[in-house]
Amino acid sequence: MTATETQTRNVGRGVNLKVLGPILALVVLVIVGAALNGNFLSAANITNVLSRSAFIGIIAVGMTFVITGGGLDLSVGSMAAFIAGLMILVMNAMLPMMGPGWPLVFVGMLTAMVAGTLAGFVNGFLITTMRIEAFIVTLGTMGIYRSLVTWLADGGTLSLDFGMRSVIRPIYFDGILGISWPIIVFALVAITGELVMRRAAFGRHAAAVGSNDQVARYSSVNVNRVRMLTYVFLGILVGVATIMYVPRLGSASPSTGVLWELEAIAAVIIGGTMLKGGFGRVWGTVIGVLILSLIDNILNLTDGVSPYLNGAIQGVIIILAVILQREKKAES
Amino acid sequence: MKFTKITAAALAATLAMPAMAQDTKVIGVSIPAATHGWAGGMNFHAQQAVDRLEEVYPELDFVLATASDPAKQVNDIEDMLATRNISALVVLPFESEPLTSPVKAVADSGAWVTVVDRGLAQPGIEDLYVAGDNPGFGKVSGEYMVSAMPDGGDIVVFRGIPTTIDNERVEGFQEAIEGSGINILAMEHGNWNRDDSFTVMQDFLSKYDKIDAVWASDDDMAIGVLAAIEQSGRDDIQFVLGGAGMKEMVAKVRDGDPMIPADVTYPPSMIATAIEMTAVGLTSTAPVSGTFTIGSVLITPENAADFYYEDSPF
Repeated sequence: MTATETQTRNVGRGVNLKVLGPILALVVLVIVGAALNGNFLSAANITNVLSRSAFIGIIAVGMTFVITGGGLDLSVGSMAAFIAGLMILVMNAMLPMMGPGWPLVFVGMLTAMVAGTLAGFVNGFLITTMRIEAFIVTLGTMGIYRSLVTWLADGGTLSLDFGMRSVIRPIYFDGILGISWPIIVFALVAITGELVMRRAAFGRHAAAVGSNDQVARYSSVNVNRVRMLTYVFLGILVGVATIMYVPRLGSASPSTGVLWELEAIAAVIIGGTMLKGGFGRVWGTVIGVLILSLIDNILNLTDGVSPYLNGAIQGVIIILAVILQREKKAES
Repeated sequence: MKFTKITAAALAATLAMPAMAQDTKVIGVSIPAATHGWAGGMNFHAQQAVDRLEEVYPELDFVLATASDPAKQVNDIEDMLATRNISALVVLPFESEPLTSPVKAVADSGAWVTVVDRGLAQPGIEDLYVAGDNPGFGKVSGEYMVSAMPDGGDIVVFRGIPTTIDNERVEGFQEAIEGSGINILAMEHGNWNRDDSFTVMQDFLSKYDKIDAVWASDDDMAIGVLAAIEQSGRDDIQFVLGGAGMKEMVAKVRDGDPMIPADVTYPPSMIATAIEMTAVGLTSTAPVSGTFTIGSVLITPENAADFYYEDSPF
């Protein structure tokens, strides 16, 4: 594996198509979008697309570590919905005592972070200590969180108090120098994730565990601890994504975050991370997320394709992206 | 001594059970789980109707089951038939095709069948059909659009999850606005979902420099649309017409919000109508078989108070 990797790098010093694949796909999409609609490259449209990518993007960065470590998390979409519901409930409950204002927003943020950490810990605990398949554990927690949010919302929608909504709104809609907060947070998370994956011991350990956990164990890597941390890390990022999500519409319902887990996993794989673990690329994940949301955006901006086929087009592009990468690997 | 007493009591209870079962009739209610706002409202009204009717009719028993997918709903109905010996079934089918034969099995067993909202794939199985009027929903919405925009204008249309319900509504709408000078710039699926509609409206706002009005066709979608309009800061959009009668939106109509001047009902409480009529059919001589269509009504500031249900989650 490592040998192949080195070889690929040596052969493709100048033009490494395996690395360039996702970037090329993104460039093609941008060109197509710009050709189809004059407003595609407008500041407003770019801001919209990037801001709305932030939820999946922040989660996908965490997912990159989980998948690199040989795991999988299907519960993130339901977890986000549950945390959003919890955050709204806590803020509504504390409102009479604290009044609408930033202290209450911080209480909401803290709730999201604590709930995310705990949820990630539960997944990690069941997978590492209780030795249950990640697929099974997170399939179970996916159902649990989805039911919990339906129950909390009494089947309807949990809405943040109206006065509070105008206080918290700027978290999604405002920013610094015209760049909105979700974009800034997404960028910070991605840069940190990339640094941790490339430079920190934790990133290398995650790859080692995902590649071969026996070898990693003999190399005195604490396999369980590393795996556990990837899930806790992901849980925390789901909390961060939720903090960005709640201010947008000020509500959470049982249909919040449906299929986010699959979008996040798809973004990770499009970006070049191996689904079976052992190798992860955070910047690739960011490209993957952008590819997915640009397809949506372009399809909405054009009339050419029946909206019934949107899902099919996304599916084709996901599969193409992965085929492209595998062929490049075989060539080397 | 004590032990004997309990045994005797238990024995008596066991013996009494079948006798009681013969006196009480059981009505099974099978509905989709509360996974979105409208379904949440429907669950609320179903529970309310069951609670109320159990008091009114001591001779009736109710079993309420909610299913999150068609397969689970089939299981629910099979269980009701096998273990609860139901005399009547009130069912809001998750999907028409997969539910047709299980419901037919209930009808073949001799039980009364009431179908709500979504019809079955085969006609003639149900004794009573209670439904909202989907073409009418589109028609009322279209007529309102025409009256609110007498000089015509450019609108965008949000559609629900691709289903026949959605098609009927859109066709009704298109017929109603035909020849009125109202031009549909684009139609896209918001899937009866706030997040999806927010995204689609953002893209519509990028795509078109001028939009006069929006037919959001559903209140959840209208909320997403409103948030996107507010964010863009544009003032060319005169109003947004939703639908279904969510209480937050009814409140906006009541309070005279200029962006939400009206709403069109598609009441989730139709499940209560169906349960009540079934109970009447089982306990009285009043004939209730046939089709009962619940018309879509235009909610305006004048009548909004009648459509506001404080306790409902929807």
